[in-house]
Amino acid sequence: MRVTRTSSAASIAVIVGTIILIALIAAPWWAGRADMRLLGEIFLYLALASLWNLMAGYAGLVSVGQQAYVGFGGYMLFALTIFGGLPPLVAIAGAGVLGALIAVPVALLIFRLRGAYFAIGTWVMAEVFRLIFAQVSALGGGSGSSLPVDIVRSMAEGRDAREALSYWLALGIAVVVIAAVYLYLRSRQGLALTAIRDNELAAASLGIDIWRTKFVVYVVTGALTAMVGALIFLQKLRISPDAAFSVNDWTAFVIFIVVIGGIGTIEGPIIGTLVFFALRETLSDLGTVYLMVLGLVAIIVMLKAPKGIWGLVRARFDLQLFPLGYRVIQNKTDKD
Amino acid sequence: MPSILQLNGLTKSFGAVTVADDLSCDLEQGEALGIIGPNGAGKTTMFNLITGTLAPNAGSIRFQGQDVTSLSAARRCRAGMARSFQVPQPFSGMTVFENAMIAATQAAGLSGRAAETLCLDVLEQTELMNKANTLAGGLTLLNRKRLELTRALCAKPKLLMLDEIAGGLTENECVSLVRTIKEIHASGVSIIWIEHVVHALISVVDRLIVIDFGRKIADGEPKAIMKSAEVQEIYLGIAIDD
Ligand SMILES: Nc1ncnc2c1ncn2[C@@H]1O[C@H](COP(=O)(O)OP(=O)(O)O)[C@@H](O)[C@H]1O
Ligand SMILES: [Mg+2]
Repeated sequence: MRVTRTSSAASIAVIVGTIILIALIAAPWWAGRADMRLLGEIFLYLALASLWNLMAGYAGLVSVGQQAYVGFGGYMLFALTIFGGLPPLVAIAGAGVLGALIAVPVALLIFRLRGAYFAIGTWVMAEVFRLIFAQVSALGGGSGSSLPVDIVRSMAEGRDAREALSYWLALGIAVVVIAAVYLYLRSRQGLALTAIRDNELAAASLGIDIWRTKFVVYVVTGALTAMVGALIFLQKLRISPDAAFSVNDWTAFVIFIVVIGGIGTIEGPIIGTLVFFALRETLSDLGTVYLMVLGLVAIIVMLKAPKGIWGLVRARFDLQLFPLGYRVIQNKTDKD
Repeated sequence: MPSILQLNGLTKSFGAVTVADDLSCDLEQGEALGIIGPNGAGKTTMFNLITGTLAPNAGSIRFQGQDVTSLSAARRCRAGMARSFQVPQPFSGMTVFENAMIAATQAAGLSGRAAETLCLDVLEQTELMNKANTLAGGLTLLNRKRLELTRALCAKPKLLMLDEIAGGLTENECVSLVRTIKEIHASGVSIIWIEHVVHALISVVDRLIVIDFGRKIADGEPKAIMKSAEVQEIYLGIAIDD
């Protein structure tokens, strides 16, 4: 009798994943500027979706207010570079630290709410953030501001180098987020979180501190989401309250991605991101029809495959690319 | 022998209904206590109060000499209490083995090989090994009950609390369950066992208490208790005029 935490599918996934990653790292040498921008955007959405999935799919914290952290991170990039004089890369890390700090009081407040009230609370908090930043005239108030040219130039010599750097940063944060989620879920704390996902009563009775586990997830998610937000607005070079705290862009699309991909799995957000961008790139010329198609796809998936596309694949093939669980292997000599 | 658990005047009401009425009880280190009483008497509620799933309206709970009345269920578990749920509460999306691992890692505080080995041993003991890789959500009721016992044992408790785990077992299964619980008891673990299958209960416990309408109405040597008039009345439904 022995216990294993890997599978042959996972070993293949490591090899294939490494090859894809190397190809993606090399993209500045083979991809055009437009393709790299699109890939960068895909990576940032992948990071947002993986984080939202950790929170909603595992910790049961269904937030519709993550735009609060995206926008906060974006604004912190601008504030720390313009007023703090920090280099953009340091400012991105700073946005993460400040994101964690601001997440603490927010969590203390909204963790008093349950279920639908929690969701509404997160949205209200995001609106509060938006209204506050709209008041900061030094950052352009309601109409927003642009990142000064000298700060942009300080990142790297020449436009190509800057675009490559910002591409690698986006790729980097996506890899860091997915790796962090994976390692966390495999850890003792992650096991506790998965238990909470399934049954809070039993989890508490088996020694798991539910509040603290969710709190840690919320704060870490807030920090990483703020870093993603900083990267998003480093690509855009312009920020305004409406763009920074857009519930559509930073929460609705993200929820769509996670739900169609498969909530509560690491693979789900990856599949979902690919499907979302495939739809967007083929249908976005159609205007509002595009949004209707998104809605239709979401409804069909929710009805036909409530666990998303990955849920379907997993049920059919018993496949896990990111093995989180344990398998007991009975020795061949054991009978019965 | 020092007490492992002391209940002092525990009281709990849901609205106008009192489901625990001034309950007091001492459990000695290593003792096995049985609890019987009709459905709705408040036995499970008593477990909920002891383990911290519910907070009492009045009274206190001491565990290993420490007042735990205001501690969370999680803290009490880590201090050495483990329970099974009468209505099984599996982690449905995790396998049987992973359910056991939750108890071994979170409650018993083990990690790595030590946790895995404990889980394998307990699964062998509770006869769930052949379901180790099955998702807990897909188990039959009987196996869910076995899983409840498995998880409680993987928590390596000092006080094991079992809530009606023998119901629905065949005679053979019941015999092997009794054997398992006796082994655990013999290893020094204190036990409180709520059970309707009285002959199984009596064969294990040192002492029996009877609960009715949230009150403790009898407490003593199991065989003597079972013969007493009040218990006869409750179990045989014979009204005795007073
Ligand atoms: N959370 C609750 N809310 C309201 N009533 C409850 C709750 N839990 C138990 N009860 C009631 O308390 C009484 C005792 O229940 P319980 O402790 O489960 O009894 P037993 O385990 O002895 O069958 C029952 O009448 C039950 O309906
Ligand atoms: Mg009961």
